[in-house]
Amino acid sequence: MPRSLGSAVLASFAGLVCLFLVLPSLIVVPMSFNADTLLRFPPQGFSTTWYQAYFDQENWRSATWHSLAIAASVTILATALGTIAALALIRGRIALRNLFIYIMLTPMIVPPIVSAVSMYGVFAQFRLVGTLPGMVLAHTVLALPFVIINVAAVLQRMDWRVEQAARSLGASALKAFFLVTLPMIRPGLIVAAIFAFITSFDEVVVALYISGSSAITLPVEMWSGLRFEINPVVAAVSSLLLGISVASLLTISLLRRLTSAERRASA
Amino acid sequence: MGVSGAALGPRGHEPVSARIDPDRRRLTRVGLLGLPALLFVAIFLLYPLALLIETSFHAKTGAWSLEQYQRIATTPVYGLVLWKTAWVAGLVTLIDFAVGYPFAVALTRARGWWRLVLLAAVLMPFWTNLLVRTYGWIVVLHPSGLLNTLLLRLGLISEPIELVQNTPGVLIGMTQIMLPYMVLPIAAQIEKMDLRLLQAARSLGASAPRTFWHVYFPLTLPGVFAGALVTLVLSLGFFVIPALLGGRRDVLIAQLIDFNLTKVLNWELAAALGTILLVVTMGLFLAAQRWFRLDSLWTEAR
Repeated sequence: MPRSLGSAVLASFAGLVCLFLVLPSLIVVPMSFNADTLLRFPPQGFSTTWYQAYFDQENWRSATWHSLAIAASVTILATALGTIAALALIRGRIALRNLFIYIMLTPMIVPPIVSAVSMYGVFAQFRLVGTLPGMVLAHTVLALPFVIINVAAVLQRMDWRVEQAARSLGASALKAFFLVTLPMIRPGLIVAAIFAFITSFDEVVVALYISGSSAITLPVEMWSGLRFEINPVVAAVSSLLLGISVASLLTISLLRRLTSAERRASA
Repeated sequence: MGVSGAALGPRGHEPVSARIDPDRRRLTRVGLLGLPALLFVAIFLLYPLALLIETSFHAKTGAWSLEQYQRIATTPVYGLVLWKTAWVAGLVTLIDFAVGYPFAVALTRARGWWRLVLLAAVLMPFWTNLLVRTYGWIVVLHPSGLLNTLLLRLGLISEPIELVQNTPGVLIGMTQIMLPYMVLPIAAQIEKMDLRLLQAARSLGASAPRTFWHVYFPLTLPGVFAGALVTLVLSLGFFVIPALLGGRRDVLIAQLIDFNLTKVLNWELAAALGTILLVVTMGLFLAAQRWFRLDSLWTEAR
């Protein structure tokens, strides 16, 4: 009896924590259809004004375009660099291996404001502040650890004898990599690429410094829309972004389930 | 046995060095693939960080000096900000431990759809844009927001309570944002636990609370340390939440760095504050290396 009572208390507590974690994010959806300009709950009336404003206003459109272009470039660059780095880490011999790992993880550990401020100094010198390439370089650094960790994990689980078999049957190292290894680690690569995309697409602190006035991204525009007075368009943008988040979470869990099912099938 | 021995036969007589060296060279060549990523991080992050640290040891005139650090040490306002940063980060870590530990226990006990719900709730924040979540908190905590409207209608309060533009706002927002970082390592540690140890304790006559405090809890400590470390470190450097949910008196170190660089244009002082934050962060991580492996944290986290 005390055991089931304890479990019930624990479960209700967990339910409350769930609400605490999820509710404040979901609330942006009803707010986005608010007919009122004031921030008041519950929202007054129903309108799609803020969605209209988001699609019509030049600043939001260009911010969205910048964010997508930067995140797409970061995805390609970080996934490529990170994958070969993970390959080096798992398959190769690296002098000072631990130091290499620490260095590759630094972008994840350094507080964003410190990265932002220090990058700003150097990027300004190279005239990279306020440019799309500058943003791509900065975000690629931040995304690299996530790619390396994810790809290294799948490489570690992979059966190397398959690639060895390809090599012993006469395939060159490159051919064996592209025709055998790459297809085997593809689900892991897709997960890593999504991580890289999200890291860039959601990043705000470094972007505040490096985006200047001509490479403003969506999070930076949202930041300005929340900083002094609340711009209701932020509610519409937030709801759209929330939709993307749910979609990526579902994709990732689907991919992970797929890989584990494959592993079970092959075992 | 006989078959494998025969297959090894002729090769077994090859000199060892001749067999290993080409292999070593090949592995080193593969290792060189790490070079582009290494250069990338070195040029675009390590070099800027080195410059930041160097700048912090300069006076405004450009000469080498400890002026910035002396100024931080002797100006009461800076001391106050550093103290408040440590205080807020410590409190957030403590609250997240108190909330996150039972939640992690519930998560590992849950089965079926309930487990999926709890797991989704804890993973969802990782995929939700930080500004979306911050905006959500503004909607909830605002004087005419969800919480105040609800409390007013229930008659629990007679006028709206101030929950944004002040310290409670910062604490509530940061606690929620950091919670998954606390829950996931603890839950991972519980999953790894050998449940037979608990059965052994019970069958040897230990009461349930005694089993919890002497067996269960100590076994989860590595997860607790990992979660607390990440929560603490991320909270120390947090910029967005204090800036958007805090008031004028809730300036933490990250905002002070931003303020000195963008408003006062005192690059040297901003660099010194940044260096302090960097050294504290790195120090905490290096000190924690004895308890757990860094890279094990994020693999399953997101």
